[in-house]
Amino acid sequence: MTVWHLVLLAAIAVLGIKLLGYAVPPRLFDSPRPRRTLELLTVSLLAGLVAVQTLGGADGIALDARIPAVAVAAGLFAVRAPFIVAVAAAAATAALLRALAGLA
Amino acid sequence: MHRTATTDAVRRATREGVGVVVATSAYGLSFGALSIASGLDLWQTMALSLLMFSGGSQFAFIGVIASGGGIAGVASAAMLGLRNALYGMSMRRVVAPAPALLPLAAHVTIDESTAVALAQDEPRAQRAGFWVTGIGIYLGWNVATLAGALLGDLLGDPRQWGLDAAAAAAFVGLLWPRLRARQAVAVAAASAVVAASLLPVLPAGMPVIVAALVGVVVGLTNWLGPRHESALPDPGGPDHRQGDHA
Repeated sequence: MTVWHLVLLAAIAVLGIKLLGYAVPPRLFDSPRPRRTLELLTVSLLAGLVAVQTLGGADGIALDARIPAVAVAAGLFAVRAPFIVAVAAAAATAALLRALAGLA
Repeated sequence: MHRTATTDAVRRATREGVGVVVATSAYGLSFGALSIASGLDLWQTMALSLLMFSGGSQFAFIGVIASGGGIAGVASAAMLGLRNALYGMSMRRVVAPAPALLPLAAHVTIDESTAVALAQDEPRAQRAGFWVTGIGIYLGWNVATLAGALLGDLLGDPRQWGLDAAAAAAFVGLLWPRLRARQAVAVAAASAVVAASLLPVLPAGMPVIVAALVGVVVGLTNWLGPRHESALPDPGGPDHRQGDHA
């Protein structure tokens, strides 16, 4: 599959799911268990993505400037900094550590 | 008096929506730049923002594609998009769109439009909040994606600019507002450990999908969870807190 196939397939899937929300009977998800499961699935996926994006490397795990950068971002999110500020601070931290301290 | 109160509520919802639109659209910039850094071209990047239009799913897709996972990227995006179906179920009642507008309503049903709508007390204000936020972010997010993608094209090596760290930080930002309950914190910690320990053994993209089972299992069993809980959806997206005190 080319990248284009994947892009279109993923876009159709996400859009289809949105439409499905308006089509299925609301009672289907009107209890705490499915709501809780969907919410925790979201938490789980996002946390897994944090780990993989912070630690993933060519041969499994790579420890580099991303770790302090993500710590800086987490600190900023903890004090309710805007999304774009925290993300830019993470990029700047990693870029500076690489340029000045020679981190990988 | 009644009419004035309603008008005020609609005005308040509109103002709140516009605030959320500005804040959310701004990080479309980081999506555009990161998508180019992940190896997608300008049109593929725009196709995601125009057709997929769901921040978490878009970031997940480009993250997994960048690490070399193909179909796992589609699965991650789709699973993260499942919560939009939940929002749709409650927005169908709240917004009650005309049949012709239903596809549009569905397309702009995301964390932010749902959060602003649910934060209002009156039906008219709920509808105004939903449409202003949904349509506004759709326009702003796509313009910002284009700008970010053009910027990303000029940058060259993404690591030199720390864009790989920015991608990780983006997921921290999407996760953070959802970590209010002890159960969510435990699920997040366990999922991160599972995903990290599977990195050396599974092909790209798969560790995240396996880690997602943690959330499903805890959700079904309600392990570590409160006994009583609300049946209302909680669109705890990055802008929920802005909606809270706007």
